[in-house]
Amino acid sequence: MGQFLHTFFSPLDFLRAVPQVWNGFQLNIELMLFAEALVLVLALLLAIVRGLPGRMAAPFRMLAIAYTDIFRGTPLVLVIFMVLRNGVIALTLVYTAYVTEVYRAGIESVHPSQRMAARSLGLSYTQALRHVVLPQAIRRVVPPLLNDFIGLQKDTALITVIGLTEAVAQANFYSTDYFNYAGLTVAAVFFIILTIPLARFTDHIIKEREKRERAQAI
Amino acid sequence: MSANSHFVSLHGVRKRFDELEVLHGIDLDVDLHQVVCLIGASGSGKSTLLRCINLLEKVDAGTIVVDGERITETKVDVNKLRQKIGIVFQAYNLFPHMTVLQNVTLAPRKALGISRGQAEAHARLLLRQIGLEDKADEFPDRLSGGQQQRVAIVRALATSPKLMLLDEITSALDPQLIGEVLELVRELALAGMTMIIATHEMSFAREVADKICFLDAGVIHEEGTPEQIFSSPREERTREFLHRVIEAGRL
Repeated sequence: MGQFLHTFFSPLDFLRAVPQVWNGFQLNIELMLFAEALVLVLALLLAIVRGLPGRMAAPFRMLAIAYTDIFRGTPLVLVIFMVLRNGVIALTLVYTAYVTEVYRAGIESVHPSQRMAARSLGLSYTQALRHVVLPQAIRRVVPPLLNDFIGLQKDTALITVIGLTEAVAQANFYSTDYFNYAGLTVAAVFFIILTIPLARFTDHIIKEREKRERAQAI
Repeated sequence: MSANSHFVSLHGVRKRFDELEVLHGIDLDVDLHQVVCLIGASGSGKSTLLRCINLLEKVDAGTIVVDGERITETKVDVNKLRQKIGIVFQAYNLFPHMTVLQNVTLAPRKALGISRGQAEAHARLLLRQIGLEDKADEFPDRLSGGQQQRVAIVRALATSPKLMLLDEITSALDPQLIGEVLELVRELALAGMTMIIATHEMSFAREVADKICFLDAGVIHEEGTPEQIFSSPREERTREFLHRVIEAGRL
């Protein structure tokens, strides 16, 4: 037991590993920010394409469906190896597939009468989507969206398999240099610190919505 | 169709949903400034008929002419058409993420391209006329059902339509809230708005309509002045329907 505690929680090693792991962790943050920004935009576009009406749009709908099927089904690690050492692209490809489904669920949750009301006022399909459907849809999917982003943040660690010196790689370097695994603990703490605010923020949004909906019911 | 002088003219309009034909050949003429009330049981096709007139539903056969334009042609600009036809629904269908003012100004700004300042000034004027100017910055869920429906009417009026379609707009309201909505419709009628109104409020129909059409199973069975339809209906089915309505205490 003492050996275990020393291996993972030795205070001296913990403190000594912080700068080195932090060095790598900056790469995780960078990957996360770039991938999240891309995912937000691309997934929305795909979700919109999947919802396009009419026979003309059928091939595009099919492509969007094929995309989500393929990249939701392929393990991230495989995708990372296949896109040749580009972490942002790999994370974006896979998480776009997840988040597309989240957006789509949101769009479908907006009652058709809302779109109909917008169209009946003379708004075009695109205007109805932009001003009436999407604002309501996106508001509803913020919690599941943030949940996927927590997953994405953690999965930046998988980039280590292609030899990028992110936090986990740095922690491993530390452990080989000093024969102590406290560096891994440091990396874990960094990830937790990064995700906790997001998790609390998600809780907060859900609670706010419940409060509002309860007020409406009265 | 240039010989047609009616503002709205339906001829042989048919509409089916899968196996079910909801409209079996509707002929209907509405003149400018006329108020036509559609009465009939639920499921008789009143709502579908209204939705066909602003192309929310596509007709399967027949022609519809609105303001001299044959709207059942394929090349019609539906957005342009709908800007001159306002429709109000039973369930209000206000946009819950927008304030009252934003609800009312959305179509003028985005569909007509009117500047925000102008659209808001016009919207506030309309809201003042219905006594809801102080609700301009509230969200719809803070309003009563009657207030929401009046906002929905004003939202439909904001593009200055030439024709209003009202689809059972009081059916979802508590009895004590119906009056304020009907009062607004009455004012519109007095102001000369051309309207086609699907309604279960028979006494209101009698008072406000120039013409009553009784729909049954997708056909207009009988049409005439309110006086004639309510006092001396010719068709047996009309009599039956009115009899049932009287028993239900709605006349």
